[in-house]
Amino acid sequence: CKQISVAKVYSSIPLPLKICVAILINIIYFYSVCFTYQWNLVVYTGAQGFKRRTTVTTKGKRARHGYVTPLLWPSIGYFEFNVMTCLNLLTAKDVTYICPYIGALRGTLTVTNYRLFFKCMDREPAFVLDLPLGVVSRVEKIGGASSRGEVSYGLACKDIRNLRFAHKQMEDSLRKSIFEILMKCAFPVSNGLTIFAFEYGQVYPENGWKVYDAQAEYKRQGLPNESWRITKVNDHYELCDTYPSTLVVPVNIPDEELKRVAAFRAKGRIPVLSWIHPESQATVIRCSQPMVGVNGKRSKDDEKYLQTIMDANAQSHKLFIFDARPSVNAAANKMKGGGYESEDAYQNAELVFLDIHNIHVMRESLRKLKEVVYPNIEESHWFSNLESTHWLEHIKLILAGALRIADKVESGKTSVVVHCSDGWDRTAQLASLAMVMLDGHYRTIRGFQVLLEKEWLSFGHRFQLRIGHGDKNHTDADRSPVFLQFIDCVWQMTRQFPAAFEFNEYFLITILDHLYSCLFGTFMCNSEQQRVKEVSKTVSLWAYINSQPEEFTNPLYVNYSNHVLFPVVSMRHLELWVGYYIRWNPRMRPQEPVHQRYKELLAKRAELQKRVEELQREVTNRSASSSSERAGSPTRSITPVQTFV
Amino acid sequence: MRMFDGRVLLKQVILLFWPLISTWVQGAEKIDSCQLQVLEMLSSLGSAGGKSAKPSFVSYVTPEEIKSEKEPSRKEKHPDLLPGEVVFCSASTVLKYTQDDLSQRGVFGVLLCTNFRVSFVSDEEPTEEMGQLFKNKLYGENDIPLSCVDNIYGGSEDKRKLITGGLVKNKYPSKMIIHCKDLRVFQFSLSFSKEEDAKKIFQGIVHHCLEPKSLRCLFAFSYCENTSYPEAQRKKQTVMFDSVEDWTQDMKRTKGNCRVVSENSNFELSPKLPQYFIVPKNVSDEDLTKYQGKGLPMWCWSHHSGCALFKTASIPLVQEDNVPQTYMEKMLTAVAHNHLYSVKTEDLSDTLPTVQDILLSYNKFKQFFLIDNTTEFWMSDMKWFSSLDNCGWLDIIRQCLQKAVEVVESLEKENTNVLIMEEGGSDLCCVVSSLVQLMLDPYYRTLLGFQSLVQKEWVAGGHAFLDRSNHLHLKDKVESQSPVFLLFLECVWQLQQQHGPAFQFSETYLTVLSDSVHVPVFTTFLFNNDGHRDSLLRAESPHTQRSPLNCPTVWDWSVQFDCKAQDLFTNPLYTEKPKQDTSVRKSYRPRHLRQLSLPSSAFKTPPKKGFFKDEADNLKKILGVKRLSRWMLSPSSDSPQTSSSVREFYEAWQTKPLDYHGLLLPCLDGPSIRVWMQRYLRWIHDVQILGGGPVAMLSKVSEILGEVQELQRQLDRHGCTLTSNHKGARPRAKTAAAVIAARSSVRLSSSFPFVTSRNWAFKPAIPTSLLQSLMVTGMPGNLADREDDGGPESLV
Repeated sequence: CKQISVAKVYSSIPLPLKICVAILINIIYFYSVCFTYQWNLVVYTGAQGFKRRTTVTTKGKRARHGYVTPLLWPSIGYFEFNVMTCLNLLTAKDVTYICPYIGALRGTLTVTNYRLFFKCMDREPAFVLDLPLGVVSRVEKIGGASSRGEVSYGLACKDIRNLRFAHKQMEDSLRKSIFEILMKCAFPVSNGLTIFAFEYGQVYPENGWKVYDAQAEYKRQGLPNESWRITKVNDHYELCDTYPSTLVVPVNIPDEELKRVAAFRAKGRIPVLSWIHPESQATVIRCSQPMVGVNGKRSKDDEKYLQTIMDANAQSHKLFIFDARPSVNAAANKMKGGGYESEDAYQNAELVFLDIHNIHVMRESLRKLKEVVYPNIEESHWFSNLESTHWLEHIKLILAGALRIADKVESGKTSVVVHCSDGWDRTAQLASLAMVMLDGHYRTIRGFQVLLEKEWLSFGHRFQLRIGHGDKNHTDADRSPVFLQFIDCVWQMTRQFPAAFEFNEYFLITILDHLYSCLFGTFMCNSEQQRVKEVSKTVSLWAYINSQPEEFTNPLYVNYSNHVLFPVVSMRHLELWVGYYIRWNPRMRPQEPVHQRYKELLAKRAELQKRVEELQREVTNRSASSSSERAGSPTRSITPVQTFV
Repeated sequence: MRMFDGRVLLKQVILLFWPLISTWVQGAEKIDSCQLQVLEMLSSLGSAGGKSAKPSFVSYVTPEEIKSEKEPSRKEKHPDLLPGEVVFCSASTVLKYTQDDLSQRGVFGVLLCTNFRVSFVSDEEPTEEMGQLFKNKLYGENDIPLSCVDNIYGGSEDKRKLITGGLVKNKYPSKMIIHCKDLRVFQFSLSFSKEEDAKKIFQGIVHHCLEPKSLRCLFAFSYCENTSYPEAQRKKQTVMFDSVEDWTQDMKRTKGNCRVVSENSNFELSPKLPQYFIVPKNVSDEDLTKYQGKGLPMWCWSHHSGCALFKTASIPLVQEDNVPQTYMEKMLTAVAHNHLYSVKTEDLSDTLPTVQDILLSYNKFKQFFLIDNTTEFWMSDMKWFSSLDNCGWLDIIRQCLQKAVEVVESLEKENTNVLIMEEGGSDLCCVVSSLVQLMLDPYYRTLLGFQSLVQKEWVAGGHAFLDRSNHLHLKDKVESQSPVFLLFLECVWQLQQQHGPAFQFSETYLTVLSDSVHVPVFTTFLFNNDGHRDSLLRAESPHTQRSPLNCPTVWDWSVQFDCKAQDLFTNPLYTEKPKQDTSVRKSYRPRHLRQLSLPSSAFKTPPKKGFFKDEADNLKKILGVKRLSRWMLSPSSDSPQTSSSVREFYEAWQTKPLDYHGLLLPCLDGPSIRVWMQRYLRWIHDVQILGGGPVAMLSKVSEILGEVQELQRQLDRHGCTLTSNHKGARPRAKTAAAVIAARSSVRLSSSFPFVTSRNWAFKPAIPTSLLQSLMVTGMPGNLADREDDGGPESLV
């Protein structure tokens, strides 16, 4: 309270007196710093002491805007204060958040090095906006002073929303300071600061970095076997710096030849095994485009290599090469030295183009989608507007591509090679989706984590570039929602097969939220090589998720082992993921009645079972006293059920 | 596929002997059923044939080959005829194309036309499948009730022509395509049958399906004459609203305060008025007959606050004549006297689409689902969303729901009486009033409650079912045809979809109900109003003058389905109302609280048309300008109603915890109004999600629900046995829910229960038009041509 009054006085007094006041403020500021530190310390110990309790209480309490945030992160320290930022914190008491749904809300704005926190006590219940700064993609000042004497700034977020704050203009420097501190904290990389994930010190029971072990995962698939071996050639990332250290290649190809193949593949991303069918031995192989070029260069090694891959599967004498790009783009790549496999050079191989567009088209599509869904939806032309974004059309093409791959592997028993240009965007999407369709293991919570770690992180999907963590250059052409699209596709599949996935929608949303939040180190960096060096200091997202798996479990899950899913890729069955793209709109009430009802029923069943058993015990006791003859316990008539709750 | 170990084994065996099998297959001139089975198995096993086999067995069997074998056909094939059913004509060796692909695959059989249906009886012995659970007793999957036929197309090769009836003489097309009102599509080839037969069957079908006929020709009459149908049992179920007691009961239930009119029990007042109805107390006996019931406010439902919903057929206003205006004014006073001296009128003809609009829109809409071949389907897939928008069907649904929400707001928030009116008083009035009651009254969300609601608002309320569905194909009634009832069911489906646990009936129930409209057996949907029904049933009665012909209503579901199938009508998500809170109705809380929870009005959307106009406006329009002040006393009219109030009303409602047994409002935003997948996509093979769809979810819920119920039963039994010491371990009766669950949901598809996945080939539907990506052309800035790595290489 003291601080506010001081701030008001400070801003209203004429200039000559300010110097004196500044001295005064400095004194007060000194006290306040001491005070804040004290307070911080209390919080720190408090949070440490109640850590277990806080995690328990926050469980199930999904924050209004989608983030589950333990109340206070232990390592959050308030930013080093100078007089200006101190004043900024003071004035932050009277900030207006212009909510597109509720209207203007007046409250307190706090900025830390992790998040932006806005609280409005005027409403019942109190309105809270809790935004990790990593989500912010752009901060901009909106206009000058408006007629009401307010200044405002807008925050464009990576998770399909724009936030607008305004406050009374007291002095130009005030606005500047909030703006500057946001610019500084939201884009640590551009300002030479560290991303918050490297400071975050929460301790979880499990080390999330242990979730994925390449050797163990290949072992699960039955590798190495008589046709496939695990090579150490890339142990020091010398063969290919964007590939993982553990690679599975055909037995008959020695490491020397691999190097010659690498020379013919873009960025040295040679064809390696991603998944092998447990019965037919048909494989999913991923790589980058061959360096064919305008002159139609050939590589005997590459041709032999693909032939070996085909031969490794005795069931089929054919190999399908799926080029994710539209054929026009693939042809255009020849100008830059790339291209695609010609069916003349690669005998018995059939080349199929999957018509999936590049990252720029996808970025543009998401931008349009944001315009359509945020903040408000126009009722009358909803479907036309949705169609004009082409977002679902892209989703359809990706799913259709993955479906064709899965179909060839499952029904055709044929090995497939998947690539696009570099083999880290569309290839990752297609390979991992096909694997979700083919292998039930990847539809479990742990299995999906393994899938992401393997196909996306270790095979070098360039998260840092595609997301732009902490980078203020929001127009960077390398940014693209490739991973978001993949998660969207998975969501479409969970819609079509509601009982086939162990995880729920909230699991997917949490992954996407922390894709941007910069709280966990999982999605940092561009490749395994970079990650090995730096990220081990951070906490993995899987540590957090696996600490409370019940939050993310689909109660309806039935584990049909070895059950292949073929989703329907017609537009009729695709829908916009309202729970993600339109979740900020309060009119879109999240609907999970089925899950709720199921949980209720489970609880009720457990209760009834208990009562029945009690009664039966009583019956048995009574009858045992009356007669000794009793055939079989009556409990057998109840279906044995494992208890989920 | 990998889950059936037996199949895998079989596959191995077949693989081993593949060379043998393939020569045997290809060398065979005749293909007997055994071979066919093996072939089918092979095709369902994917490309078990390894290198040489094509995925389908089409290439081996052409229609000609089958034909040569089937030539000596057995003519005596008949479907099991219903009582009173007569075969008009039949033709053998008709080829019915299997719908799922473009290939010339098909089944030979006999095509018949009876006075009830067009029926196709396959020459192949029907295989007993467990999919028969949801079998309709009246017509099978290859039967089309005559009134279910929507359009018939004659085709040869690529062209197809709409057959309009009357014009076909001596000619017949080689291919006949029948589009059904329940969206099935049948394609028959007549080119293999005898010319005489083919001509006869084609003309017969066209004649009986498309030509005008009299009501007495409808199958219901011959069916009812030949079946004895017990009347007693239906009485205790659905409230039929065909007696004074039913109406009184309903009014008492809602604590209404009006008067039941029974003067029309023999249709003396007007045959167009319902047999019994309820009007405000202040309506005098003379008023009843003045305009043949037009302008007479009929009570629909009373809100617990005392205000009520009325509907009426509007009187066409003649400019000079003052009499109808004074009459209307009198009626309005009567309505206003019901509660608080306030009334709102809403002329639905002004704000909602006309019945013709509805028909036009639906005709466009249904074309998306009448799929003749796969290529066409995938071609249209890319433009699916914009075509949805263009046909406007979902928008009409939205408008109806929105109107209903407006009425609900007036009743619930402002506690004023509402009088809705339209020209006939029995189309959109029925839609809106039934929707209002569904939203406000949890009783109507139960299965029986819903049936009585349809009975009250639609059947007794005089919706002209006969004219609207035009069963008789009368030329002068083509104009009045319109799927208004279907529109209502669509709206209900939207509500049900958004608030699943609030409804006792399932999606399947609604789908079946929408199909039953086109089965000319039930009296429910055959007549235009009570008087019409009464006079016809009396006239047709074979017995005495007194007792009318006794026909089943659609609510007697046992006519169509057996008990197990009927279990699919209930929604496993439905939660019964907890008993204790019957006394605490949540709407009793003080009104100012409600107002407080309204969000601030800082960001109102621009005003829209079509909301309630100011009360004064409406009254002025109807009554002229003077003498209105009397009704303006109502407290709510003090606050001027803003146009966005409905939006606010919804948002205020939404911030409160959802009570499935209280007021329900639908969300009307773009993505919330959806296509009724089960009804519209169930017959389209390519969009069936094998092993998925809602049934995967619901079957799990019903499974556990069954277990809970069973435990409850055991508990009760033990409660008794504790005293009597009786052992309670006898085998339990399996519920249908358990039956569904038992056939594990992997085997079910998204169109369950309508299509059974027989010959289930584990083959995904891959879009054929992948290459025709439509968006490349319209891409700004040639993004599509750019390389993946937009940034300069130095960035890496």
